[in-house]
Amino acid sequence: MERADYERLRWRCIRRALLELDITLTRFLDGGDFEKLTDDQQEAFVELADMEDYDLWDLLTGKAEIDDPRLAQVVSLIRKS
Amino acid sequence: MSIPVLKFDAVIVGAGGAGLRSAIQLSEAGLKTAVLSKVFPTRSHTVAAQGGVAASLGNSEEDHWTWHMYDTVKGSDWLGDQDAIEFMCKKANEVVVELEHYGMPFDRTDDGKIYQRPFGGHMSNFGEKPVRRSCAAADRTGHAMLHAMYQRNVKANTQFFVEWMALDLIRDEEGHVLGVTAMEMETGQIVIFHARATIFATGGAGRIFYSSTNAFINTGDGLGMAARAGIPLEDMEFWQFHPTGVAGAGVLITEGVRGEGGILRNSSKERFMERYAPNAKDLASRDVVSRAMATEIKEGRGCGVNKDYVLLDITHLDPATIMKRLPGIHEIGLQFAGVDCLKEPLPVVPTCHYQMGGIPTHYSGRVVMPKDGDMSSIVPGFYAGGECACASVHGANRLGTNSLLDLLVFGKSAGDSAVEDLKAGRAHRELPKDVADKTLARISALDNRKGGANVHETRLAMQRTMQDHAGVFRFGDMLKQGVEKILEVEKAARNLEIKDKSQAWNTARTEALEMENLIEVAKATMISAEARKESRGAHVRDDAPDSAEFPNGRNDKEWLKHTLFSPVDNSITYKPVNMQPLTVEPVALKTRSY
Repeated sequence: MERADYERLRWRCIRRALLELDITLTRFLDGGDFEKLTDDQQEAFVELADMEDYDLWDLLTGKAEIDDPRLAQVVSLIRKS
Repeated sequence: MSIPVLKFDAVIVGAGGAGLRSAIQLSEAGLKTAVLSKVFPTRSHTVAAQGGVAASLGNSEEDHWTWHMYDTVKGSDWLGDQDAIEFMCKKANEVVVELEHYGMPFDRTDDGKIYQRPFGGHMSNFGEKPVRRSCAAADRTGHAMLHAMYQRNVKANTQFFVEWMALDLIRDEEGHVLGVTAMEMETGQIVIFHARATIFATGGAGRIFYSSTNAFINTGDGLGMAARAGIPLEDMEFWQFHPTGVAGAGVLITEGVRGEGGILRNSSKERFMERYAPNAKDLASRDVVSRAMATEIKEGRGCGVNKDYVLLDITHLDPATIMKRLPGIHEIGLQFAGVDCLKEPLPVVPTCHYQMGGIPTHYSGRVVMPKDGDMSSIVPGFYAGGECACASVHGANRLGTNSLLDLLVFGKSAGDSAVEDLKAGRAHRELPKDVADKTLARISALDNRKGGANVHETRLAMQRTMQDHAGVFRFGDMLKQGVEKILEVEKAARNLEIKDKSQAWNTARTEALEMENLIEVAKATMISAEARKESRGAHVRDDAPDSAEFPNGRNDKEWLKHTLFSPVDNSITYKPVNMQPLTVEPVALKTRSY
């Protein structure tokens, strides 16, 4: 991922509406988990980061499920980080 | 250096509830309106507000705005201005119904009216019994509110500048406000927004504390900009805290955990609440529990390497009960404390939640400050609403569901006042020759400084200092030390260094600029808190205890007044509380008890 694209993504992860997501997503990016993802997984992460805060938080806490296996796999990785 | 100038009738900084509400008034009046936001509007922190919005609609039972006013004055511990409180409570029904017409999906009663639920501190008949006054959209009231208002703005052609950060307020020699300088994050470009009216709706600054429920975005940008432009900050010693946030994270742990049998313990595993509240123990009121926790930590009985938290123990409870009655708590423990709460206690600490003080405003939304002997002289061209502003309706403590009401009423009123002033003929004034010099100097210093302070470390030093010295329960000696410490941190904050020098998406630079705003708020808070030698509302001092002469430690004779912190020379002046409502009899002073 290009530097500017990564930094844009990072800004959109470290400044969320919900504190819970700020912490979770910042940890995933700054802790080095994001860079270990494959290109496809990174794309899936960008899609997840674009979601509304409550929808994403519900996925990350298991209150909601997602059909798309690409996204579901990355949700699972974020939960484990 | 030539800086692009964008000319608007009005520029609004912040796209949370107050900013969006203001923008509707301006755009629908046909004025060319820009809204600047660090994030997409529906990612503003208003989203996190779940409780609802207070309005005495009386849909479920009899209610009246004068009862709501009484509750708000009492909640404020009589520090709220009664003219502003009357204005807000009286306007509540109107702004809620307007929101309904914008498409807000409020919960409904069977007969189709807005459903109302009870909320702490809201009573009928001047404090007699609880009343159902909160209007909500499930547990996503703030989220639904932002969506409804954003759509309304799109329809009204409000122009959004998303992922832009306002940097400095532009004031001319006569003190008029002429707009802001701002940075587009994608390019790093600095632009001047030249406006006839400038409205701040930048939210709170809860990130000054180490433990805060606020999202990372709440860095007090509006307060920082106002302070740098010489505008005082009002009542900054008053911050609302919640007793149990996850230590180190701030994520709230519901009070229901103690209700279900959770026990607070110190480093010796002692159930310390037995000493502070022998009868109620862990079920004592929020204030009592917070003070006990703070005292345990201050006296060295906290846990962890820094001895800066206590433990909330539910390991003795039946796991099935925990999972059934406290859904989410297990996940919160795992995610934010790394603790399986079925097997180990959770680390908790009193956690900052809401800022009662802010930029001083009249209830019309116009910013006011002392000038030529007038303590509330209008700053021409400048307006503010929502958590960044101090009208003052929350005074020394805020009632639940009054924050969403504040941003609707005062967002609207700031917008209306701006429309009125512009229609009366307020023109674009000539920009000063040095209009962007201070902003450019700040950016240049960040880009070129070598051997300066690290942003992350400086922020941490500020947050630790605020948490330890100006937390939920305050001690005279700690406050005195806190003033010295925060002035030391300020030196570092004025000497920040960043490694990344790039223009596009330089988040290190943005975080450094946010830090320069946070420190203004932290300093104002510490110095204002040290100066106020009484206990009132959320400002509770160990050396101003409950006594026969001063119930709850409140001293109306000396301290029934608003603090004005001047960032120019770190000095404090005071102005009287307005005890005279607009049309009704004042709510007379008495001891606040529930």
